Amino acid sequence: MTEAFDILTNASLWAAVLRIATPLIFGVLGALLCERAGVLNLGIEGIMTMGAMAGWLAVYWGAGLWAGLLVAALAGLLLGLLHALLTVILGLSQHVSGLGITLFGSSLAYYLYRLWVQVGDLPPSIRPFQPLSIPGLSSLPFLGEAVFSQTAPTYLALALVAVAAWVLNRTPLGLALRMTGENPHAVEAQGLNPVMIRIGAVMAGSALMALGGAFLTMAAFNSFFPTMVQGRGWICIALVVFASWRPGKALLGALLFALFDAFQLRLQTTVSGVPYQLFLMAPYVLSILALILVARRARVPEALMQPYRRGER
Amino acid sequence: MTDPILELTGITRRFGPLLANDDISLHLQKGEILALLGENGAGKTTLMNILFGHYAADAGEVRVNGRALPAGQPRAAIAAGVGMVHQHFTLAGNLTVTDNIVIGSESLWRIDSRRKEAKARIRALSQTFGLPVDPDARVGDLSVGERQRVEILKALYRDASILILDEPTAVLAAPEAEQLFRILRGMTAGGLSIIFISHKLHEVMAASDRVTVLRAGRVVAERRTSETSPADLAELMVGRSVTRPKRAAHALGAPVVVARGLSVGEGQGKTLTEVDFEVHQGEILGIVGVSGNGQAVLGQMLSGLARPSAGVLTLEGRDITRLTPREAVRLGMGRVPEDRHAEGTVGDLAVWENAVLERLHEPAFAARGFVRRSAARTHAADLIDRFDIRGAGPDTRTRLVGRQHAKADSGPEPGCPPALSAGQPADPRSGRRRHRRRSCRVAGRACRGRRDPDDFGRPGRGGRPVGPHPGHRQGPSFGAGDGGEGRCPDAGADDGRGLGGA
Ligand SMILES: Nc1ncnc2c1ncn2[C@@H]1O[C@H](COP(=O)(O)OP(=O)(O)O)[C@@H](O)[C@H]1O
Ligand SMILES: [Mg+2]
Repeated sequence: MTEAFDILTNASLWAAVLRIATPLIFGVLGALLCERAGVLNLGIEGIMTMGAMAGWLAVYWGAGLWAGLLVAALAGLLLGLLHALLTVILGLSQHVSGLGITLFGSSLAYYLYRLWVQVGDLPPSIRPFQPLSIPGLSSLPFLGEAVFSQTAPTYLALALVAVAAWVLNRTPLGLALRMTGENPHAVEAQGLNPVMIRIGAVMAGSALMALGGAFLTMAAFNSFFPTMVQGRGWICIALVVFASWRPGKALLGALLFALFDAFQLRLQTTVSGVPYQLFLMAPYVLSILALILVARRARVPEALMQPYRRGER
Repeated sequence: MTDPILELTGITRRFGPLLANDDISLHLQKGEILALLGENGAGKTTLMNILFGHYAADAGEVRVNGRALPAGQPRAAIAAGVGMVHQHFTLAGNLTVTDNIVIGSESLWRIDSRRKEAKARIRALSQTFGLPVDPDARVGDLSVGERQRVEILKALYRDASILILDEPTAVLAAPEAEQLFRILRGMTAGGLSIIFISHKLHEVMAASDRVTVLRAGRVVAERRTSETSPADLAELMVGRSVTRPKRAAHALGAPVVVARGLSVGEGQGKTLTEVDFEVHQGEILGIVGVSGNGQAVLGQMLSGLARPSAGVLTLEGRDITRLTPREAVRLGMGRVPEDRHAEGTVGDLAVWENAVLERLHEPAFAARGFVRRSAARTHAADLIDRFDIRGAGPDTRTRLVGRQHAKADSGPEPGCPPALSAGQPADPRSGRRRHRRRSCRVAGRACRGRRDPDDFGRPGRGGRPVGPHPGHRQGPSFGAGDGGEGRCPDAGADDGRGLGGA
C-alpha cells in the first residue's frame, strides 16, 4: 500500500501521465470530431502511424519541428480525404473503409520509411521537442515538475481540447457539424451541405489523429518504429464513447487511461512476485470497466454511421 | 390578376420508369392559401421537393417573384423566401429548439453564435404567430404538435414569404389541426402565401382559397374553393365517381376477442387501466383517443409484443394473455402496426420477402432451411392482386411501394384471419385503405386506452366506449365539424375516424 502511495505522490508520475495522455488527447479529439459529424473513423491507427512517420521524416530531412508537425497533419488530411471519399461520397461501409485505411496507412508508412531511410544497426534519430521551461511556473515545487515541464505539443493538445469544445458548442460551424451527425437531412433542409461538412470534419479529425502519432516520434521518442502506435488509436475510439462524445470528458478519459498506464509501469518495477503481464493488462481492464459504468447512458449521435444520400427517403 | 408570387411551369420528374411529376404547372398569389390535393403517390411531395431544391427537375422551371430559382439548391430557395415544413420532420432530436431553428442562418465562420438574440427572436415569432414553444427544450422531448411548430418557426425565422406545408395535419389530432389552420389564416393576413398539401377533403374545403388537384403526377384540375364541393374534389382526385361503400347489414356473431381488466404498469407513458372490450364476429370496433393514451400498448398486446400486468385477453375462448408474436401469427391475429416503417415491414426487402417473413416456419414457404422462393413470389403476387396494392410487383423494394405498407403488411394473413388489429390504419402515411377483406368481417381496431379507470369501468358503457349499436362505425369523437354529409368515403377513412367500411 505504501508503495502505491509513494508512487502517487511522486511528481514524475504525473509528468508521465501528461506525456502518455498527449497522443491519446489528439487521437480522441480527432475521432470525436469525425463521429460528431456522423462518420466513424477506424482508420485512426493507420493515420497515427502515418503521422508519426511523416512528421519524423520531414524533420529527419531537415525541416523544423513545427514544420514537421504540419507535414504530419497534412498526411492525416490526405488519409482523411480518402476515408471521406469512400464513406461520405460513395457511401461505403465505414467499418470496412476505416480498417482498410488502418492497414493501408500502417503499411504505407513503413514502406516509405524503408524506401527513403537508410537503417543501420540503430534506427536513425532526430532531435525531438524538448521540455519547455516556463519562467515562474516550471520552478514551482511539485507542480513545476508534474505539469509545467512538458513539451510544446502537450500544451497544444490541451489547448485544442478547449478549442474543440468551443467550436462544437459555441459556433455556427460546430452546430452544423453536430446537426450533421444527428440528422443530415435537417442540415440540407436549412440550406447547408451535409456532404461537405462531413468531408471537412473527417479531414480535420484525421489531421488531429496524425498529430497524435507525430507526438510519438517527435516528442516522446526520437525515431520511428512501424509498430509504435500500439493500439493507441483503438483506445481513442473507446475513449470517445467513454466521453459521451464531449471534448472535456475526452480529456478526462485520456488522463485516466494514462494514469492507469503510468501507475502500472511503476508498480511493475516496485512490486515483485506478480507476473508483469497482469500489470500490463490493468489499464485495458480498467478502461473496459469505466466504459461499462459510464457509457451506457451516453447519447450517441443519431446519424452516426448512416450514409447520407441526397433525396433518398 | 396580379403577378403570382410563385410560379411553377412544366415541372417533370422521373424516378426510373415512374413519372412522378408530369409537366406540372401551378401558381400562387400573394396572401393566398393554395391546397395541393391528391392521393398518396400523386407526386405532391416530389413537386414540393423540387420547388424547395431537394431534387432537381428533369424539366421545368420555378419562379419566385418572377425570378427563376437555380435547380437543386435549398439554399437559394430559402434565400428567395421559400420555407418548407416537411412531411417527415427534418429535426435533430438531441439538439435544442434554438439549435434546430438557427442552423444555417448565420455565417459558418463566426467565432461566436448569437444565441441570446436568436432566442429573443424565436420568442417574438412564437408570440406573433401563436406558436408557443420553449427555445431551450430538447426537440426529442417535444410532442409531435410542438415539433411541427418548431418546423414552422424554422421557416419564419428565415423570413419566409412562401410557406409550404406537406401534409401538416397527418400528425395532429383534430383540434390541433383546426388551430393550425387558424394560425395559417393569420399568417396570410400578415402577407404570407401558403401551399398546403393534403388529401383530406374537409380541411381543403375549410382552409384553402384555391385547390389544385394532382393525379398520377399531373394537374387534373384547378378550382376556387368556394366554387367546388367535396364530392367534386373527390371525383377529381381519384379519377372516377366515388360512391360510399355500403356495409351489408349482417348479424353479429359470438365474441371473438375479449379483454377484461387489461392494465399495463406505469412507466414511459405506457398506461392502461382496466380496459374492457369485446369484439364480436363480423364487427369493427373503433377505439379512439389522442395518441399517447395507451393505444400503442394495446395494439402491441393484441399482437404479443407486450404483456399486460393484469387482466385477461381471450381469442375465441382461449386465453391469449401471454401471447408471443409467433403464436399471434399462428392463431391468425393479423396486425397492422402504427409505425409500419419501424415495425411492420422491412423497407429494403422485396415485397415477397416481407410477405412471407413471419411465415417462414411454415413448410409451404420454407423447407430444409431454404426459402421456397417461387412459392413465396406466387403468394406475394396473389396478395398484391387481391388487396389492390398499387405500383408493386413481388420484387419491388418495399419502401418504394409508396405509403401502401399497410396493405403489404396486412397482406400476409391467409384467407381469413379471425382478428385483425390496425393501429392508425388510415393515417395519411398508409394512405387510402380499402378494406377488401371479402368474407373476413372481423376486425378489431386497436387504438384505445384511457388513464381514467372510472371512464372504462363504468357500468352501462361496458367495454364498448362509444357507438350507437355494435357493428357500426363510430362517428367522430373529436370531429372537425364534419357530419359525414357529402364526404368521400375514402377521404373519410383518411380522416382517422375509423375504418371506412369493410
Ligand atoms: N426518391 C424516390 N425514389 C423512387 N421513387 C420515388 C421517390 N420519391 C417518390 N417516389 C415515387 O414517386 C411517386 C410520388 O411520390 P410522392 O411525391 O411522395 O407522392 P405524394 O406526396 O403525393 O404522396 C410515388 O409513387 C413514389 O413511390
Ligand atoms: Mg407526400
